[in-house]
Amino acid sequence: MALVLTEEQSMLRDSARGLISDKAPVSHLRHLRDSKDPTGFSKEFWHSFAEMGFAGLLVPDEFGGSGLGYVEAGVVMEEIGRTLMPSPFLATSVVAASALNRGGNAAQKSEYLPKIASGSLLATLAIDEGAKHRPLQTSLQAVRAGNGFKLSGAKALVVDGHVADLFIVAARTAGSAGEREGLTLFLVNPAAKGVAIERTIMVDAHNAARIEFANVEVTADSVLGEVDQAASLLDGVLDIGRGAVAAEMVGLSDEVFGRTVEYLKSRKQFGKLIGEFQALQHRAAELYVDIEITRAAVMKALQALDADVAKAASAVAVAKAASAVAVAKARAGTTATRAVQEGVQMHGGMGMTDQFDIGFFMKRARVCEELFGDANYHTEQLARARGY
Amino acid sequence: MSDSETADLETFRDETRAWLEANCPPEMRKPATSDADVFWGGRNAKFSSEPQRIWFERMRDKGWTVPDWPKEYGGGGLSAAEHKVLRAEMARMGARPPLSSFGIWMLGPALLKYGNDAQKNEHLPKIAAGEIRWCQGYSEPNAGSDLASLQTRAESDGDDFIITGQKIWTSYANYADWIFCLVRTDPAAKKHDGISFVLFDMTSKGVSTKPILLISGYSPFCETFFDGVRVPKSHVVGTINRGWDVAKYLLQHERAMISGMGERGVGRPLGQIAADSVGTDAQGRLDDVMLRGQIARFDVDEAALAACAERAVDLAKAGQAHPAFSSAMKYYGTELNKRRYEILMSAGGVDALEWESERSKQGARPRAWLRTKANSIEGGTSEVMLGIVAKRILDLPGA
Ligand SMILES: Cc1cc2nc3c(=O)[nH]c(=O)nc-3n(C[C@H](O)[C@H](O)[C@H](O)COP(=O)(O)OP(=O)(O)OC[C@H]3O[C@@H](n4cnc5c(N)ncnc54)[C@H](O)[C@@H]3O)c2cc1C
Repeated sequence: MALVLTEEQSMLRDSARGLISDKAPVSHLRHLRDSKDPTGFSKEFWHSFAEMGFAGLLVPDEFGGSGLGYVEAGVVMEEIGRTLMPSPFLATSVVAASALNRGGNAAQKSEYLPKIASGSLLATLAIDEGAKHRPLQTSLQAVRAGNGFKLSGAKALVVDGHVADLFIVAARTAGSAGEREGLTLFLVNPAAKGVAIERTIMVDAHNAARIEFANVEVTADSVLGEVDQAASLLDGVLDIGRGAVAAEMVGLSDEVFGRTVEYLKSRKQFGKLIGEFQALQHRAAELYVDIEITRAAVMKALQALDADVAKAASAVAVAKAASAVAVAKARAGTTATRAVQEGVQMHGGMGMTDQFDIGFFMKRARVCEELFGDANYHTEQLARARGY
Repeated sequence: MSDSETADLETFRDETRAWLEANCPPEMRKPATSDADVFWGGRNAKFSSEPQRIWFERMRDKGWTVPDWPKEYGGGGLSAAEHKVLRAEMARMGARPPLSSFGIWMLGPALLKYGNDAQKNEHLPKIAAGEIRWCQGYSEPNAGSDLASLQTRAESDGDDFIITGQKIWTSYANYADWIFCLVRTDPAAKKHDGISFVLFDMTSKGVSTKPILLISGYSPFCETFFDGVRVPKSHVVGTINRGWDVAKYLLQHERAMISGMGERGVGRPLGQIAADSVGTDAQGRLDDVMLRGQIARFDVDEAALAACAERAVDLAKAGQAHPAFSSAMKYYGTELNKRRYEILMSAGGVDALEWESERSKQGARPRAWLRTKANSIEGGTSEVMLGIVAKRILDLPGA
C-alpha cells in the first residue's frame, strides 16, 4: 500500500485540522489548565467532534460509527498533537472502542459502541500499575465470587479516569505477574462500590487518574473476551493505542519543529537572523530528517494495524504489525524528545517561559513517551521479537 | 610539594574533617531538593530551618562561605591546596554549600580582580556574610547571545550616571538587594568598547521588576526596568567604557560554576533511584536493559567530567589553563545535567509525571527536570560555548 494519504484521508485531515486549530489551539489547553477545569476537556467541543463522526471513527457502521481504520485514527491523532488538544479521543474512541469492538460479545458491542459513536459514553483502559508500562506484570487480582468476580488492586495513569463512564480493567484471574496466561479484561462501572478514583494533575495538564479497587464486585457478564486469555486481545489493543500515540507525537514534533524554524527566521542576534548560523541550520535539517523518518515509520505501523484486521488477524499479520508498532513508538519517542529539546534550546530564554507555548509540547511529549511503553520498552520488544 | 607541605596538608585535612563532623548538622549532609532548601542570604533572608541557620553561621564565622577569599574580606584565606581539601571533605560527607549567592560565584571574583579598595571593602565582606543578595543585569530582550549589543543607557550627569533601559531574565531580581549591571556609556563607540560595569541598589528610585513564569511553574527570574536610575560614577567597577573586560571575566566564573552542575549529583546513584521504580532481576541488575545501559554510560561520563573539573582547577592554579576552557566545561557539564534529569524522568515513569500531588512533593522531579533545560541557555548557550571553543581554543578560521 502506498505510504501516502488517500484523497479521503487528506480530506479527513483537513477537516480535523480546521476544526481543531480553530476551536482548540494550544491556548485552549492553557485555559483548561489555568482555570483548573474539573473535566479537563471541553464537553461542548467533544460533542461537535462526535457530530463530525470523529468519536465513532473506529466504530463499525452497524453500531453508528464511521467504520474507518487506524490510518484515519492516526490522521486525527496527528492533528490533536499539533495543538495538544485534551480530548477523550485517545482513551475512548481509539483504545476503548477497539477493545470493545475486538473483544466484546454482541450484547456488549450493541450496548457500548453506539454510545461511544454518539459521544455520550467515555471509556478508558486501566492497565499500568507500577511506574513503568509492563502489561504482563499486571497483578490486580480478580477472584471468583459466586457468579462473578471481586477485583482488588490499583491502577495508575488511567487516561480520563476521573471522567470515564466505563473502565476496562486488566486483571489477573490466574497465574502470576509476568505470565501471559491468566489475564482477563473486565468492564467496570466507575460508580461501583469499592472503586476509589483520584484525579492526578499531570505535568502535561492532560487527564489521568489513579484508581483503587477494593473488593469491587462484578458479574460474569462484565468479562470482555475470555477469562484468563486476554493477553492477545490486550496486545492488539495496546498496539493500537501505541500507534495512535505515536501519531500524536509526530504531529507534536512537526508542530514544534515548524514553530522553531519560524523562530530561526525571525530572531536576530549578531546582526543576523539566527537561522543564518550554520550550526543551527544543520541541527534543524537533521531534525527534519528525523521527523520524516519517524513519520514514515508511524504510517507503516498504522497501515500494518489495518492490514492485521483485514487479514482477520492472521498470526503473521499480527506479528508484523507488532514489530512495526514497536519501531514506530520507539522512533516517535526519541524524535519527539529531540524535537522539544531543540525547540526549547533554539528559542533561548524565551523557550523556558510558561508564557510561550513550546514548554507545553515538551511536557506532553514526556507523557506520550511514557504512555503504553517508552522508547526503551519498544526497542527491547523489537530485540526480543527478532530473537536476540 | 615538599614533605613538610604534604604533612601540613594532611594535618589540615584531619582538622577539617573533625571540624566538619562536629559542626555540620546531619540535615545539611544531603543535597537540597528544592529552592527553599537553598540559603541565598540578603537583607530579607529567612532560614527555612534551624539546621540551615546553624550551618550557615558556623561556616560564615570560619570564613568558609568563601574559603579562598582573603581573611580581610571575610574569607577563609585558604591556599588552593587547602581549598581543594575542604571541597573534597565536604563532598565526602555530602555537606551542602552553606550559602548560595551570585556575589560569591560571580561578582566577588570580578571585584577581587577589578574592584578598587573602597569597592572591595564595601561589598566583599557583605557577600561573605550573606548580608547582601546580588542579581545579574546582563541580558536584554535584543541582547542575549549577542550580549555586547546591549542598549541600556547610562547618561553622564555630573558625578552620576542616569540609567534607563530594560533587562530580561534577571534571576531573582525581585529578591535581590543590589545588581551588577552592564550599561552603555558610550553609544558612539564600537559595541564592545562603550560598555561599563556598574553596581547599584535595587531599592533605588526608578528600578522595577516583573517576574516571569518558567515552564517549571516557578518564577525565578524577571524583567527588570530602569527609569532614570541615578547611580554615582564611583560605582563603576574597572574603567568606564572598559566594562566588557570585567563582564567577560565574570562570565568565566559563572560558567565554571554552572558547569559544576554536571558533577553535582542528586544524593544517590541514578541506578539505585531507578531500581526503586523499575525493580531488579534475580542478579540484582536493573530490570530494564536499555535504561541500565543509559545510566551506566551516564555514570562513566559523570566520573570523567569530575576528573576534568578537578584538573581544570589544578591547571588554573598552575597557570596552565586556557582562559576559555570554562566554556568547554560549561557546555559539557550542562548537557550532562540535562541527561541526568532525562534519565531520572525515565526512571520515575508514571510517578515522575505528577505535578501537584503530595505524593510527588508537588511535582518536584518534573519541575527540576524542566528547570535543567535552562542550564544550556543561562550563562551563555551551548551553541555560544562551542563557538568560543572553536574560536578561542581551536582558532578556527572565520569562527
Ligand atoms: C533560567 C535562566 C536564568 C537566567 N538568568 C540570567 C540572569 O540572572 N541575568 C542575565 O543577565 N541573564 C540571565 N539569563 C539569560 C541568558 O543569559 C540568555 O537567555 C542567554 O544568553 C541566551 O540569550 P537569548 O535568550 O536572548 O537567546 P538568543 O541569543 O536569542 O538565542 C536563541 C538561539 O540561537 C542560538 N544562537 C545565537 N547566536 C548563535 C550563533 N552565533 N551561533 C549559533 N547559535 C546561535 C542560541 O544558542 C539559542 O539556541 C537567564 C536565562 C535563563 C534561561
